[in-house]
Amino acid sequence: MPRREDMKNRNYAAIAAADRVFLLVVYAAAGLFVLLVAMLFVELVHGSWPSIVAFKFKFLWTSEWNPVTGQFGALPLIYGTLVTSLIAIVLAGFVGILAAAYLAEFAPGWIARPLGFVIELLAAVPSVVFGLWGLFVLAPFVRTVLGPFLQKTLGFLPLFQGSISGVGMLTAGLILALMVLPTVTAISREVIVAIGSDLREASMSLGATKWETVARVVIPASRVGIFGAIVLALGRALGETIATTMVIGNRPEIAASLFAPSYTLASVIANEFTEANGTVYISALVELGLLLFIVSFLVNAMARLLLWAVLREKS
Amino acid sequence: MSSSDTAPLRVIDLNAYYGTRQAVADVTMSFAPNAVTALMGPSGCGKTTILRCLNRIHEIAPGAYARGQVLLDGEDVYESHISVIELRRRVGMVFQRANPFPTLSILGNVTAGLSRNVPSSEKMRVAEKALRSAALWDEVKDKLQKPATALSGGQQQRLCIARALAVEPEVLLMDEPTSSLDPISTLSIEELMTALADEYAIVVVTHNMQQAARVSDYSAFMLADEHGVGRLIEMDETTKIFTKPSDRRTEDYITGRFG
Amino acid sequence: MATARPARATDPVKFRHAVSFAGAAVTAACASLGAIALLVILGYVALQGFRAINVAFLTQLPVPVGEPGGGVANGIVGTLVTVGVAVLIATPLGLLSGLFLALFGRGWFPEAVRFLSDVLSGIPSIAIGLFAYTLLVAPFRHFSALSASFAFALLMLPLILRTSEEAVRSVPRAIREGALALGLSEFASTMRIVLPAARPAIITGLLLAIARVTGETAPLLFTAFGSQFWELNPTQPMAQLPLQVFTYAISPYQSWHQQAWAGALLLILAVLVLNVLARLVLSPKAQR
Repeated sequence: MPRREDMKNRNYAAIAAADRVFLLVVYAAAGLFVLLVAMLFVELVHGSWPSIVAFKFKFLWTSEWNPVTGQFGALPLIYGTLVTSLIAIVLAGFVGILAAAYLAEFAPGWIARPLGFVIELLAAVPSVVFGLWGLFVLAPFVRTVLGPFLQKTLGFLPLFQGSISGVGMLTAGLILALMVLPTVTAISREVIVAIGSDLREASMSLGATKWETVARVVIPASRVGIFGAIVLALGRALGETIATTMVIGNRPEIAASLFAPSYTLASVIANEFTEANGTVYISALVELGLLLFIVSFLVNAMARLLLWAVLREKS
Repeated sequence: MSSSDTAPLRVIDLNAYYGTRQAVADVTMSFAPNAVTALMGPSGCGKTTILRCLNRIHEIAPGAYARGQVLLDGEDVYESHISVIELRRRVGMVFQRANPFPTLSILGNVTAGLSRNVPSSEKMRVAEKALRSAALWDEVKDKLQKPATALSGGQQQRLCIARALAVEPEVLLMDEPTSSLDPISTLSIEELMTALADEYAIVVVTHNMQQAARVSDYSAFMLADEHGVGRLIEMDETTKIFTKPSDRRTEDYITGRFG
Repeated sequence: MATARPARATDPVKFRHAVSFAGAAVTAACASLGAIALLVILGYVALQGFRAINVAFLTQLPVPVGEPGGGVANGIVGTLVTVGVAVLIATPLGLLSGLFLALFGRGWFPEAVRFLSDVLSGIPSIAIGLFAYTLLVAPFRHFSALSASFAFALLMLPLILRTSEEAVRSVPRAIREGALALGLSEFASTMRIVLPAARPAIITGLLLAIARVTGETAPLLFTAFGSQFWELNPTQPMAQLPLQVFTYAISPYQSWHQQAWAGALLLILAVLVLNVLARLVLSPKAQR
């Protein structure tokens, strides 16, 4: 059968060569991506080297952060970061898991879909908007309503003593809780949905009520994935910068009271980086960034491995 | 056997694997020009794998590979200078389920295999010819710009046939082309196969014996051995296979004793 | 969750059902809390923002404290430019890497890419900002919008990468096989057949990635830095809307606070519109 000219004369070798180039480019893009992440780490180490040399591990457990005297110890910042994140995780964890249970188990589809979407939208609100709202609405609320209430009821605890200025660890923790709530909810929901229906049906067929099934079968069965969701949210809270900076009071002190102002790793960088002078000061700030990178890398790596294990075997 | 050295497509000692699992062992067969050859056998007998080796689409599955020879006009497609792309242009394929390209129009689907340098008037001419050959022209000539997915199942499958014909192959592979179609669409595809056999060598995989008997000139019967590896039992003119098969297992199959 | 006790045979069924109902109500309340929080914040920002927003705010440059009027026009444009450049950097790299994962999905290297991508998405934006600073600001001794775009691109990459992978994977294998069986090259089948079929999902990912960085503030502090003037050259420091909101918010001036609310309203609207658009692109109606 006669073949048309444009068929016969095609240069198949050239097409094959072009294909190899294409696949090479695709491969190179993935390689470049990995390279970028590696460079991220290398550059942060490089940038913080003067500080690493000057303070060694003392950087992590001395508590004086004083640009004037050139002393840089990150302990108060680590403390502020951990306390605020912990508040966030406890609150968002509790509310988020129950919210996920509602969306996955109790809510009919016509409620679960829009409600889930709205909660996801909360994650889309820019950090600076959370900060603004926190500064002008939540902080006064803590100062005039929530703080005095907590002091009256739980004031015997050191956590709730001292003066209430509105900005401080509690306010920062509350804002962070709102910010990570969507993460906990969405991922826990995904994990709960991934649990097969046979467990549920087995429980229900034994006469358990819906709530008993959820509380004693479904949530325990999803615990690994839910833990992954919490860890992931913890990573977000640890590194959150602008909103925290706006409501935490920015003072490098270690105080027992949750009403006290504090400082976090990220907010020190945000506040001081552009005004920092001197090699050691700047590199001490970069080292804070390196610290954040390493911690959030480990936290996220752990969360992902947990979630991959849970979600992948289902699909 | 229909085997002859003039056959445009021959398979010699073909073994095909998916990773460590062997799917087909030691198959040798040839496909006559201007004839329909049917590959039949129960599911899992390797007939589709053989078909997918003929245009080397088998090897795009991760870990899949083949050993042996596939000769197109005497040249081994695994060894010679024939590139995969040229091979697939010379050996067209129609799949079990119609797979029109979802983002392209009817016209775009038919001309998808043509070089981009082909002028649009030429594309139009080729498309009309291919659609006429696939007996689809009259049904779609007024809606060539409509999305291909708007067509019925049978029309989509004929569109896929037209798409394969538009690049002017020498051989047309069809992998159970009617298995997801209704009886009327099936009939029209079968008539099409018979008509197309005037111009092309057609290889059709089917698990439907009646279909093989209706449309094919030659038939090959395959069966999986005790390890699940597909083997060729016998191949001959269809009338012979269906009237006096030489192998007991073929006879069992066509008389419905298993499969 | 302390409400659920082991059910004993002596427990009246009624009581257990009441507990079940109460439990369900508590979970519903928790779920509503997230939605209520969004509505409260949204409502408050809208209330304050609409009061302060006007034509001058959208079209003028900032003015010193005490002078009436003034706006954030340079910040709006600066954010558009910075995000635009970030999209230009992140899209090709993310799309190609996602394609890589979809085409060569198995093996240690693709898994490593996937893992790094997931982990990168959790790295604080401020750390990524520092990286952009040490790489693109410090060596040149001068801030630039380009370095901010680079930081944004890194923030967008994981999302684009994984959504592209999912999008390409969701194209039925039969479609790709059909293209290859027609004698199309890998390149042609990808460009002409597979990617167009995956396009809605890829665009959704891109829109979500844009939403993720629009409003992002932390890395801007020491990359784009901000500016009082019109600046369209990406190699220069450039005004940024989120940065203006931040600066105005923590200032002691009432009039600037009003501007911060107006800016926050713009940011929140932009992000919400992007999120809703991302949904609409995927809706079955838009597919055809």
